[in-house]
Amino acid sequence: MDVEILSRIQFALTISFHYIYPPLSIGLGLVMVIFEGLFLKTGNSDYERLARFWTKIFALTFGIGVATGIVMEFEFGTNWATYSRYVGDIFGSALAAEGIFAFALESGFLGILLFGWNRVKPLVHFIATLGVWLGSMFSAVWIVVANSWQQTPAGYHIVGEGIEARAEITDFWAMVFNPSSMDRLSHVWIGSFLAGTFLIMSVHAYYLLKNRHIDVSRKAFRIALVVATIAALSQLFTGHRSADGVAVNQPAKLAAMEGHFDSLAAADMYIFGWVDKENQTVTGLKIPKGLSFLIHQDFNEPVIGLNHFPEKDRPGQVNAVFQFYHIMVAIGMTLIGLTLFGMYLWWRGKLFDHRWYLQVMVVAVLLPQIANQAGWFAAEMGRQPWVVYGLLRTSDALSKVVTANQVMFSLILFTVVYSLLFTLFIYLLNKKIKHGPEDGEMIDQRPKQKEMVEAINEHS
Amino acid sequence: MATFLGIDYATLWFLVVGGVFSGYAILDGFDLGAGAWHLFFKDEKSRRVALNAIGPVWDGNEVWLVIGGGALFAGFPIVYATLLSAMYIPFMLFLVLIIFRAISIEFRSKEPMKWWRSMWDTSYSVSSILLAILLGVVLGNVLQGMALDSDMEFSGSWLEFINPYALMVAVCTLALFMMHGAIYLIMKTEGKQFDKMNRHVKEAIIFFIVSFAITTVFTLIYFPHLSDRFKANPTLFIVPLMAFLSIANIPRLIHKQKYNFAFFFSSLSIAMMLIVVAIELYPVIIFSKGNPANHMTIYNACASEKTLGIMLIIAAIGTPLVISYTTFVFWTFRGKVKMDELSY
Repeated sequence: MDVEILSRIQFALTISFHYIYPPLSIGLGLVMVIFEGLFLKTGNSDYERLARFWTKIFALTFGIGVATGIVMEFEFGTNWATYSRYVGDIFGSALAAEGIFAFALESGFLGILLFGWNRVKPLVHFIATLGVWLGSMFSAVWIVVANSWQQTPAGYHIVGEGIEARAEITDFWAMVFNPSSMDRLSHVWIGSFLAGTFLIMSVHAYYLLKNRHIDVSRKAFRIALVVATIAALSQLFTGHRSADGVAVNQPAKLAAMEGHFDSLAAADMYIFGWVDKENQTVTGLKIPKGLSFLIHQDFNEPVIGLNHFPEKDRPGQVNAVFQFYHIMVAIGMTLIGLTLFGMYLWWRGKLFDHRWYLQVMVVAVLLPQIANQAGWFAAEMGRQPWVVYGLLRTSDALSKVVTANQVMFSLILFTVVYSLLFTLFIYLLNKKIKHGPEDGEMIDQRPKQKEMVEAINEHS
Repeated sequence: MATFLGIDYATLWFLVVGGVFSGYAILDGFDLGAGAWHLFFKDEKSRRVALNAIGPVWDGNEVWLVIGGGALFAGFPIVYATLLSAMYIPFMLFLVLIIFRAISIEFRSKEPMKWWRSMWDTSYSVSSILLAILLGVVLGNVLQGMALDSDMEFSGSWLEFINPYALMVAVCTLALFMMHGAIYLIMKTEGKQFDKMNRHVKEAIIFFIVSFAITTVFTLIYFPHLSDRFKANPTLFIVPLMAFLSIANIPRLIHKQKYNFAFFFSSLSIAMMLIVVAIELYPVIIFSKGNPANHMTIYNACASEKTLGIMLIIAAIGTPLVISYTTFVFWTFRGKVKMDELSY
């Protein structure tokens, strides 16, 4: 295998593995902020118990997210040196902004979030939790901005020619608010909320089925269900906006997503299907001319097809892009169904009466994870053969001095280490879940305000 | 190029990148140093205390590496691209070790079994030691220069990075971090563990001073490009002199049992030594071993003026924020390690 394919496999492996964790941190962080906020407001210790329990799981996802994220930051330089030279001006500044504005905030306050329960006042702890969550949200901002610039470059000009050519910023805000960044950011945020809330619902549904931690689990499940329902419904909206943007900015990607080849015809929308790239046909269940309606609100308006582009400018893996996209959409619809059904049961006062619903929700934790991964695979494979859409080809972006053997070595290394890491993660997650939130009375270990003042006075 | 207070943007960004990496060396330096000492503690309780000494802060310290990587990428993309792709294997090992250190800290306390804990203790300590060594290898190679062609691409073989000078700098870095980490552990521990570190810190100081002296002599003899600015401009000698005085102050303060001050001077020494390096390199970042026209400098390897300007604004807004919550966290966990049910 050559350096290009090995480097792409390595990037896909490291980014997919990394992407299990940050969305969980963002989603869990949001609900932890709600738990702690409710504890501050009501003084009900159930909420503090929940916040403390989920903090422990958060620590696990956050820790692995950081460790695997550092790999991503340096991998651009190690494997994609030509890319790094070409886009450093733009991409590098987004990464640096992420480090300063987001990562420092989340990691700084993490110490207090994890170890500060008995050291600082509840309000200060709440602020730390909020800081960590906001930091993780800001992280997503800069990372999605950087990636969206690759999809829809804006606010730049090209300087130099040949090997010297590179993109330089002309307008920072145009770069940040490039045509796809805000649609994709909202899509990523909401995907993260779904990942987090479905984990929370899964774990608490499990406790309810096992007759454990009943009161706290009912509270947690309801809160997560409300957030998940809003998120699942909004995702329909952000997804539609993203698709509209892709139609305008990356027509080849949209065409690949629906397996649409003919440029002059109205385009169908498939519920599911299989693309035969050789014969340019799709077999499956379709809404005739559905894509034309979705994009143009007119069933007969033609949509640009893959044949509009020279062979060398089309995504190579049309069927893969099609499948990943359709998996994502199908799961999105399923999540709407699951959450709305839960709301219906709640309205009828039967939310916790049906064991089968809780059993489904235990397993459903996997759905947002699969959808998040599939969505990114559709977005990134649909952008091919470009690493920066229309500007730089993936095959031209590699490190010139790195050999296939070196990449093979690191790829094997990461495969082994990440397999180990994933096994340990599942093992420890399972253990924490089995252990569950602390039952019984919470003992307030915080030093009392008066004693603290006395202690300080004694010392001075 | 545009200037601010009479200093051009590329130079300012050189100072920012240098400042961030100095911050990383000072902060993660004591984490790595503490990790290197970890297996010297034999009983469970001292190992837990040592781990919890860095517990609430190590993750925040690692952020400086992330910011440094981003700052280098944004400000000097060509250096970032050339250095990382040339040193592919060392950096891949570095990344894997960063993962191992993180998960060792996280996973160790999650199971009570003896084999489990000693496995993670070993992996924590070994990865800390190897990370310090790899950082030294990178620094040693940046100092002596690399084979660079006219496109500022690396034109040698990666095996060249394993050379006596790089290994010397690596040992020196390990010794420095072990001294720094030992002082940190003294500040954080009590009783027998405190006494033990008090003995070990003296060994660490001797280890550091000896390896530093040998490296310095070797540098002066074999790498004249790393001292010619001082020779040409003797008033600059005040900087290495201050570094020397700062280092010499450490054993004195430890003897007087002023550990917080000793830690301050240990941090200052790291900063001063890196300032000496910066003075010698500037305006070059990586020397070309062949043709001097191929030196990678802050001017031919930097981002556009516009980007540097934007990044300086970002740094100006971000730095006070980062420093304020870093200070808040260190202040919250100040003093000796106090363990509770939340500790590692």
